[in-house]
Order: sequence, then C-alpha cells, then structure tokens
Amino acid sequence: MTKDKEPRKYMNPYLGGVLLGLILVVTFWVSGRGLGASGAQKSIVVAGVEALAPQHATNASFYKEYGSSHESPLKSWLVYEVLGVLVGGFISGALAGRLKFTVEKSPKITSKTRIIFAVIGGILFGFGSQLGRGCTSGSALTGMAVLSVGGFVTMIAIFGTAFALAYFARKLWI
Amino acid sequence: MGPLVVNEIISPETNLLIAFLIGIGFGFVLESNGFSSSRRLAGMFYGYDTTVLKVFFTAAIVGMLGLLFFSLFGWLDLSLIYINPTFLWSAIGGGVIMGAGFILGGYCPGTSVCAAAIGKLDALAFIGGIFIGIFIFAEGYPLWEEFYKAKNLGSPVINELFGFSRGVMVFLIILVALAMFWVGEWAEKKFARDDYKINQH
Repeated sequence: MTKDKEPRKYMNPYLGGVLLGLILVVTFWVSGRGLGASGAQKSIVVAGVEALAPQHATNASFYKEYGSSHESPLKSWLVYEVLGVLVGGFISGALAGRLKFTVEKSPKITSKTRIIFAVIGGILFGFGSQLGRGCTSGSALTGMAVLSVGGFVTMIAIFGTAFALAYFARKLWI
Repeated sequence: MGPLVVNEIISPETNLLIAFLIGIGFGFVLESNGFSSSRRLAGMFYGYDTTVLKVFFTAAIVGMLGLLFFSLFGWLDLSLIYINPTFLWSAIGGGVIMGAGFILGGYCPGTSVCAAAIGKLDALAFIGGIFIGIFIFAEGYPLWEEFYKAKNLGSPVINELFGFSRGVMVFLIILVALAMFWVGEWAEKKFARDDYKINQH
C-alpha cells in the first residue's frame, strides 16, 4: 500500500466524545430534546405504509397511536437530523479519503455471510429500538445525559447482551 | 432562555433546519471517529478497539456537565427538557434485543446511516433490516402492546433513585467513566490484533 492511498487517521476518541457531547448540549438548548436515529427510520416506515396501504394505516393500532401524537411522519425533527447525518458522514469520509463501495468483514467470512448477518442484526435492532423506545442515540446516550433511569437500563441491556453474545459471534469479527 | 423551541424563540420551521445542521455535525463526528466501521464498533466487545466506550462515555459526561453548566448560567431551563420515560420491562427487553442486533449486525441505527454515507454495503443491508424490524413491530403491535406499556415508572432520574443531588451524581459517574477509560486503554493493548489497526491520533 502506498502512503498517499492510505485513508487519514481517525480523530482522537476523547476529542470526538467532547465534540459529540457539545453537539448533544446544543441540541437540548435548541429543541429541548436530545439526539436520535431510529425515530427517523420509524417515520419512514410509517410514511411508507400510509402511502401504500392508507386503509391499513388508519385501522392498525400502531399507526393510529403514531398519528395521534405526530403531525406528519416525514416532517419530524429526527428525519431532518438523520438526513444531516448522511451528509455529515459523507463530508467526513470524503475529506479523509474513505469513500468506497465495500463490504466490511472479518477475513474469515464471505461477503454473503456478512450481508446476511447485517440484515438479521438490522431486523433485531429495528424491532428492539421500538420496544425500548429509542436506540443507542435516543435512549442510551441521550437518556444517560439527562440521567434518565430508562436510559441507563437500556444502555446496560444493550452493551451487556452484546458482551454476553460476543463469544458466539466471534467468527463474524475476529 | 433555552430550550429555544419550547420558549418560542425560534419557529418550528427553523427548528427543522437546525435539526439538519445538527445532524451534519453528528454525522461528521461519528464518521471522523470511525463509527462508520463495523469492525471498529464490534471491537468494543472483543477489546481490540474500545473507541465506542471512549467516545460514548465522554459524550455522555460532557452532555451531563454541559446541561449543568447551561442551567447554572441561566441559559437552559432543565425543567423544560424531555426526560425519557422509563417502562422497565420494555427498556430491558428492547435493550437485550438491540444488543443481539449490535453484535450480529455490527451497527446501530445512527452509525449505519453514517457508514452507508461512505459506501459500506453491509450498512445498507443493516438499514434494510431496520425497516423490516420496525415493520414487524408495527404490524404485530397488538401482540406486544401489553409488554411495551407494562411497569411504567414515569420519568425517574437516577440521582433521585440514589438520593444524591444532580451534581454529585454526575461527579460519581465521571469517576466511573475514568475507571472504564483506563480499562479500555488496557484492553486495547492486551487484545491487540495483527489483522486490525486502530489507526487514530
């Protein structure tokens, strides 16, 4: 590998943490709520169902409950924030020379295996984020910053489970 | 003065624009720290790369301290900020399922968007999975609605649980975080791998 082709180094993690914490504080100062991610994906699913099966969306209890507390699914704070994440991630990747279509995996498994497990992991995370009322950003990080009991419980459950299962999933990563 | 939206200093439309700008900052910081790499994120659980621990807990304590300072300066009324409600069983159940999703999929909802932005196809597959998972939750909602709404504790905060003031609680959490950073630094040396380079400043 030649030197100029190597991607730039990542930021110092403690500096990254301070910057992320400051963004979180500004978010509270502006909107009164913290950061999030899975809420945006929920908005997209709800908008999709409303567009493709409007009858079903007015009858099924989940969409009814969502509709009673939200104006329009796509005009939500988290949808705009996550669009920003896409742009911000792209800018950082472009500046660092990390833009590349690739499947990232352990050298011991095939790309197909990696993709299958990525889909399974996504299904579980999507389901769990609805049950737990938020994901790593909205429930764990933001919840911890406001000292919410639920935030700490969810954080411990996420990381505890991942540690407990790490041995069985080791071939995927190491 | 703050929160600006709650106190009607800015309009809901401006709030959405700011959401987009905040998202850019969020995505930029995540990517710059390598949260767009599933092997880096998963490294947390094998000890070879503990960046997640360092970034996540530094952000949490800076967030806690920032809220305290903003309140002290009179910039932010903490009684107006949203505290995540606690439904104990679903918080645990949801967390356990998310933890399994994390170790199998290598991302979480925010980091997968960030990774897809730089071309990671596994992240794109993960996002597809998230949509399916949310759809399953929505369609089967009557089956787990009771569990989802059980054991509603309101919006308790941990300092009240332990009987400390907010400041003392944050101070104790900082001490715990420093201890964990030390463990993280130790683990990265102990579990370092030949086929994986941390590559950071």
